[in-house]
Amino acid sequence: MSTQKLTKDFIFDNKKTHLSFKDFSVYYGDFQAVKGVSGAFPEKTVTAIIGPSGCGKSTLLRSINRMNDLIPVCHTSGSMIYEGLDIYGERMDVVKLRQRIGMVFQKPNAFPKSIFDNIAYGPRLMGIKNKAELNEIVEKSLTQAAIWDEVKDRLHKNALGMSGGQQQRLCLARALAVEPDILLMDEPTSALDPKATAKIEDLICELKEKYTIVIVTHNMQQAARISDLTAFMYEGNMVEFDTTDKIFTNPSMKQTEEYITGRFG
Amino acid sequence: MLDHSFTGMGFISVGLMGVVLLVILLPIVYRGAQAYIFTETIEHRRFQNEKFQRGDAQELAEEYRAVKAARLPVYEAIEKFEAKKREWPKDKKREFRSELKAVKKALHHLLGPAPGEKTPVLMRQQFGQTRWDRAQVKLHEVLYREDWVEDPTGQTKELVQVFVPRVDLFKGTELEPMFEYTEKNVELMLRPKLTFYWQFLIDRSYDAHFFGGIGPEVRGTLLLTLGAIVFAIPFGIIAAIYLCEYAKPSKTVHVLRSCINTLAGVPSIVFGLFGLAFFLNTLKLTESKSVLAGSMTLSLMILPTIIRASEEAIMAVPFAYKEASMGLGAGKWRTICKVILPAALPGILTGIVLSMGRAAGETAPIIFTAAVSVGDKLPLTEAFFAPSQALPWNIYNLCSEHEAVDSIRHVQYGMVFTLIAMVLLLNMLAIVFRARLHSKTKGV
Ligand SMILES: Nc1ncnc2c1ncn2[C@@H]1O[C@H](COP(=O)(O)OP(=O)(O)OP(=O)(O)O)[C@@H](O)[C@H]1O
Ligand SMILES: [Mg+2]
Repeated sequence: MSTQKLTKDFIFDNKKTHLSFKDFSVYYGDFQAVKGVSGAFPEKTVTAIIGPSGCGKSTLLRSINRMNDLIPVCHTSGSMIYEGLDIYGERMDVVKLRQRIGMVFQKPNAFPKSIFDNIAYGPRLMGIKNKAELNEIVEKSLTQAAIWDEVKDRLHKNALGMSGGQQQRLCLARALAVEPDILLMDEPTSALDPKATAKIEDLICELKEKYTIVIVTHNMQQAARISDLTAFMYEGNMVEFDTTDKIFTNPSMKQTEEYITGRFG
Repeated sequence: MLDHSFTGMGFISVGLMGVVLLVILLPIVYRGAQAYIFTETIEHRRFQNEKFQRGDAQELAEEYRAVKAARLPVYEAIEKFEAKKREWPKDKKREFRSELKAVKKALHHLLGPAPGEKTPVLMRQQFGQTRWDRAQVKLHEVLYREDWVEDPTGQTKELVQVFVPRVDLFKGTELEPMFEYTEKNVELMLRPKLTFYWQFLIDRSYDAHFFGGIGPEVRGTLLLTLGAIVFAIPFGIIAAIYLCEYAKPSKTVHVLRSCINTLAGVPSIVFGLFGLAFFLNTLKLTESKSVLAGSMTLSLMILPTIIRASEEAIMAVPFAYKEASMGLGAGKWRTICKVILPAALPGILTGIVLSMGRAAGETAPIIFTAAVSVGDKLPLTEAFFAPSQALPWNIYNLCSEHEAVDSIRHVQYGMVFTLIAMVLLLNMLAIVFRARLHSKTKGV
């Protein structure tokens, strides 16, 4: 089956490409979890990655800001280019990379510290010590993540005392506090109730004005609602990568259609 | 069914533990507390005033005058008896010589030197009984002569102990009324008073623990424990961080872990001998035994425990925290310092406190490296380079080598009680601290 049809960098909405990858593979030891995929994420768009469980969505997402470095057996081949630099090249500064490409994880993973310290963690890493400046960043990030009003009176309380949905928005705010260009989200709403999910979805739509967003999701409606582009992955291959409209109304691959109509996966 | 029997067994073993603890702890607490709270006599107040300048000297002098007056008839009776004795025939004199000597000796024990007697050299002979419970024992010695006779019932062939009233021995002499007088007026002669002698914890001891407190021992124990912890914490935590975060899983690391686990089970006397051989004989850290060498030896002993506890605590930190921190661009070292260690702190702390308790209570490692039975009180800066007393060692020493074990039982129990209290207090502090950390990290 031909799965490598979308090797061309395609232009979406005349937006320039922010990050692209070519013949990109990820291995866990001998096991190839992502099989030579290619594609590109245009600037200030939301790209959804969908596909059945175990198809390599998270693996691909996590290799974008090299979170897979934490797994000792994991290695990659092919290229992943961000602003003209190979992410896996020798000259890449992983610390800077991760500041520019932020990540929100599936489960809320707020630190067992105060809300303030959670948000200030990233900026402090970058050497910002000035209290006023930190205050400003904290307020701005929390406002962006639409949680400022809920927590402004308890900034110095422990973050783990918040609800799951609040914690997830806090994690989003924490990622935003270092002012990244790209936001990676791995099933950010899977642990949340519908109301909290709706809040995060609204947020994503607002944030796309400023950020390039890549989101992995199992929720087809969610992908259809919030994304501009959708990539469908199956067993490590990127079967189809096109505009969300196209994928959900008129997919060119049979597998995509079957998955979207719920016949497998 | 199986469930029930397990629950039952659980209850039984927990109950058994509780009973054992009670059986051991209650007498220790009861008798140990008597080192602090007991009925003192005027002699104790006199000692406290003379050696530690406590109490109102003038008041005491007045009280002592009254006491002296109460004691006077005793000494007068003896004098009268002795005066009469001079007129007796030689063989009658001889008959009473040793009896009189025994009475005078017992009285000396009870009340201290007789008026006009030359001050004895040993401090324990310069004062009467300082504790009312001991005074009772000595009073009995004044009143009765201990004899060993053949069993009058004829049931056994062994000798049995009998107490012969000394009044009967001196019947018809000038001394006879003295016994009844002493028995009736001993309270006036010693003035018993309930006291809370908290300074037992800080006072130095006099004359091989006959008087004073256990201050140097407590201080030595604190110094040794503190030193051990100061040496062991950084090494322990750094080793744990290395093992959990930096070491690649390999055979060497596996062997290293097993070695650490084995070290945790090595008998403490081995560490003691190692400390002597390495710190004192090879490195020549100090000329003689010293707190420094002792605490280093102790720190070696507790290091494996600290490493293991820290390792477990670090490994229990959710991977998600690490991911979150790294995802924000933190390096490994920052992640460890800012996220992993704070989250692991309660666990690490528990390990530290448990090993502190162990370091405080171990005897074997300090026998050859730090402990002495008597020492000078040195300023802190010098104390680390000199040997020191320490509770565990001095408890052992008092029980096994003291020449008058029976007279200072309260000191032994007091030491044991204090040591247990110190360790319990440490644990309690750890629990409180842990709980506070816990609520801080878990919200609420
Ligand atoms: N740490 C790892 N070590 C070895 N294999 C792994 C590891 N993580 C993932 N894999 C394997 O890689 C493949 C892709 O996993 P990945 O987590 O990327 O899937 P996914 O598409 O995100 O699935 P899900 O929708 O369930 O999250 C799976 O077969 C999985 O078993
Ligand atoms: Mg996944």
